[in-house]
Amino acid sequence: MPDVVVIGAGVVGAACAYYAARAGLSVTVVDQGAVAGGTTGAGEGNVLVSDKEPGPELDLASLSAGLWSDLAAEVGGFEYEPKGGLVVAETPEVLTALTGLAAKQESSGVRAEVVTPEEYEPNIARGLAGGVYYPQDAQVQPMLAAARLLHASGAQIRTGVRVTGFTRSGDRITGVRTDEGDLPAGAVVNAAGTWAGDIAALAGLPLPVLPRRGFILVTEPLPEPLIHHKVYTAAYVTNVASEDEGLETSAVVEGTPSGPVLIGASRERVGYDRTVSYPVLARLAEQAVALFPALATRKVIRAYCGFRPYCPDHLPVIGPDPRAPGLYHATGHEGAGIGLAPATGLLISRVVTGYSGQPGRPIKSGANGRSGPAESGGQLDLDLFPFRPERFT
Amino acid sequence: MKYDLIVIGAGPAGMAAAGTAARGGLRVALVDSAAQLGGQFHRQPPPELGGGNVRDDPTHERLGRDQSIEQAIQAPAPRRDFLRLRDRLTGVDLHLGCRVWAVEPSFAVHHDGGTLTGERLLIATGAHDRVVPFPGWDLPGVMTAGGAQALLKGNLVVAGRRIAVAGTGPFLLPVAAGLAAAGARVVGVFEAARQMGALARYPAKLAEGAGYAATLARYRVPYHRGQAVVAAHGADELAKVTVAKIDDGWRAIRTREIECDALAVGYGFVPQLDLPVQLGCATTRDSDGSAIVAVDDQMRTSITGVHAAGETTGVGGAELAELDGIIAGHSITGTPLPDGVRRRRERARAFARLLHEVFPVRDGWRDRLRADTIVCRCEEVPYQAICDAQALGAVDTRSLKLLARPGMGWCQGRMCGYAVARLAGEDPPPPRRPIAQPISLQNLAAYPLRSTNDDA
Ligand SMILES: Cc1cc2nc3c(=O)[nH]c(=O)nc-3n(C[C@H](O)[C@H](O)[C@H](O)COP(=O)(O)OP(=O)(O)OC[C@H]3O[C@@H](n4cnc5c(N)ncnc54)[C@H](O)[C@@H]3O)c2cc1C
Ligand SMILES: Cc1cc2nc3c(=O)[nH]c(=O)nc-3n(C[C@H](O)[C@H](O)[C@H](O)COP(=O)(O)OP(=O)(O)OC[C@H]3O[C@@H](n4cnc5c(N)ncnc54)[C@H](O)[C@@H]3O)c2cc1C
Repeated sequence: MPDVVVIGAGVVGAACAYYAARAGLSVTVVDQGAVAGGTTGAGEGNVLVSDKEPGPELDLASLSAGLWSDLAAEVGGFEYEPKGGLVVAETPEVLTALTGLAAKQESSGVRAEVVTPEEYEPNIARGLAGGVYYPQDAQVQPMLAAARLLHASGAQIRTGVRVTGFTRSGDRITGVRTDEGDLPAGAVVNAAGTWAGDIAALAGLPLPVLPRRGFILVTEPLPEPLIHHKVYTAAYVTNVASEDEGLETSAVVEGTPSGPVLIGASRERVGYDRTVSYPVLARLAEQAVALFPALATRKVIRAYCGFRPYCPDHLPVIGPDPRAPGLYHATGHEGAGIGLAPATGLLISRVVTGYSGQPGRPIKSGANGRSGPAESGGQLDLDLFPFRPERFT
Repeated sequence: MKYDLIVIGAGPAGMAAAGTAARGGLRVALVDSAAQLGGQFHRQPPPELGGGNVRDDPTHERLGRDQSIEQAIQAPAPRRDFLRLRDRLTGVDLHLGCRVWAVEPSFAVHHDGGTLTGERLLIATGAHDRVVPFPGWDLPGVMTAGGAQALLKGNLVVAGRRIAVAGTGPFLLPVAAGLAAAGARVVGVFEAARQMGALARYPAKLAEGAGYAATLARYRVPYHRGQAVVAAHGADELAKVTVAKIDDGWRAIRTREIECDALAVGYGFVPQLDLPVQLGCATTRDSDGSAIVAVDDQMRTSITGVHAAGETTGVGGAELAELDGIIAGHSITGTPLPDGVRRRRERARAFARLLHEVFPVRDGWRDRLRADTIVCRCEEVPYQAICDAQALGAVDTRSLKLLARPGMGWCQGRMCGYAVARLAGEDPPPPRRPIAQPISLQNLAAYPLRSTNDDA
């Protein structure tokens, strides 16, 4: 019997598997599809601190940004590029808001510099009001990242296996039921992304995780790099936290090691509708050309969409579910699941091995009665309270 | 004003349907990315050469080779059946040189020069070459059989001086005969299939085959069954090929080397389904495993108002494509079908199924791949990278693509899609290409503002 079963072989499940294995636990990962076949296969791979307001998500992002850099050295093979992000403001008003945000972020430990955009990006449109450069922003290739972390974890990986329910002893979760039989486990981690709400429902628990659709455009490979950092307009910062149902777009433009330029990202709440929305693609194209006029004649060769898993308060769900001991959730990361995956995985491994849900309050035992490692005093790297699963009820 | 019908694809299927619908009184637009009517079978040279133009389809790419090896020929007179199809197009609005990159429900047809709208749609976008990789296939001088044929028909250029023709299927015959008649030395046709007796049930087709065989005999072109080109060699251009006798699973038994400066290799065709998939048309499988648009006996797809005809509904040659187009045209106008059309079509369809049986593609080609054999040319993905992705947990075509990038480049997997799917152990899934043809960002950005025929 494995110590941990992780549901979902996306980047979040992969990170959970990796850190759990590193903590000495035996891990099995199940996914109804393939490795990285869910939202991770449709993500862009930005690892951002720049787009977050000070608060619990930024703390999580800062922890995660450091872990990605460590993982690039420990595991590697996923095109980690610490390229930095440039956020630009079109108008003086937006620039004031942007520099105000940057100042607040700096007091939370984020490095930020007010810069002249064209000094960082020679091909950027002229006439912008200004920008802020964030050296900690980075990029990974999300599918490779998930696959490499899973591989490095040594976990048993069972693709094409669907979780259909849970086995329980009283309230306690003792394993999962799958279309290929029962899998008993000391702990179960729900890392099913947008589908995590359905998984929770299998245990009779409400967990409001909803899909937010996003499209990405991919250009032909460019012979020489036109864009050096991730570049986006400050409008993105307000979109991410928006409550609006409707469409929002603000181009996030970046080059990739393999040559194409990626242009994201729209945000719409339309359920799981995969119908291509050409007006949305057109808007992304227009905004990208406005940022980088030299892109005008470059060709788009692909477009794809995915569904970000989001919760009503736009914070992820990370931690043990007190309603069903033995069940842990790691989901709801919306448009930042790739960036936030390592911190999520690390924290999950900590609570599974017996750390308390809150810093400074070690508990005696976790899964299989193991006690938390003594060397870090059983203290969590950050407070999980804002991410607790039961907060919606 | 909206068109009553927009036909996409001006091959035999699209031309026949457009002509039939126009004669039935509909206002019809016929759209094709090529500058000339005709599609693949009836490809015409451009006017300055005496006829059309090869569209810059990546599968027709000429690999930037030394052009002195290629030779130009005179334009032949257009075939009668082409002229008949063309003459029936009176009154049809032609939109040639227009690549359709997206089709939306209701039906807006977006091409790189604007948007057309229509009440109904007929999709007749044909097929493209099925490519099977082998060591050296990415050398300049190696091309698809369809590519060599398109070069000959569309550009009046013979692909080389000493040419080998290899692969499987009846299409190798016209290719070899055409090249030989145009003056190339065809060093041999290497046909993987061995048993062809079943074809004798179709005397008319047999006669057509005999015609090509006579041409090959006249130019002393040997035709070998049960053989395949298993490798191509050369420093920076093709210099020779390794030919093997193969068993029923396509494993090589005995090999020999043959010098040549061009190789035309064809393993049949893959239906071009981008646009019907965009519209959400249901797909099904042809008897060779290819994804095709599902149609009823009126050539109606699962989406109301959308018909499909020709090789998008199953590969089977120009005659079948034309008959499909006639049936679709009559279905759209609600006019009665001329006598015999349905019977001839059933027969042509049955013959197409038989061809799939007689000329199958077997997985034995996979054994010939070496670690450094390129599988996806656009992204330069070697076989080793496919194996690595599999070791990392890629279990299907899509996850192979996500982890190793085959099919992410310029041609969007048209070239490597078949091979990658078979390496993943499945039949190629219907292609999902929301952008069916590359389009510049500025043209995409202008999409909603473009003028349409609605404004007229
Ligand atoms: C267009 C777009 C752009 C994005 N860009 C970025 C970005 O730049 N940076 C960033 O950090 N984030 C980005 N994101 C968000 C990011 O992709 C997601 O937050 C992240 O991939 C979520 O990963 P996950 O592992 O939670 O979910 P997934 O990758 O969806 O994995 C969940 C897995 O669970 C499996 N599963 C579901 N139900 C079951 C079941 N019953 N049984 C077994 N398995 C099951 C699924 O098959 C799936 O593989 C973007 C998202 C989109 C859509
Ligand atoms: C490269 C090639 C060469 C061939 N040569 C021969 C031959 O010499 N002899 C023979 O017997 N058979 C040949 N074939 C087989 C041929 O496909 C059929 O015999 C016949 O032409 C099929 O007719 P169709 O009308 O279904 O499609 P096609 O004749 O293939 O016509 C489809 C048309 O749709 C157009 N089209 C496709 N996508 C788009 C788009 N997105 N936007 C705009 N236009 C589009 C294409 O330009 C093409 O003109 C060839 C096939 C290929 C792929």
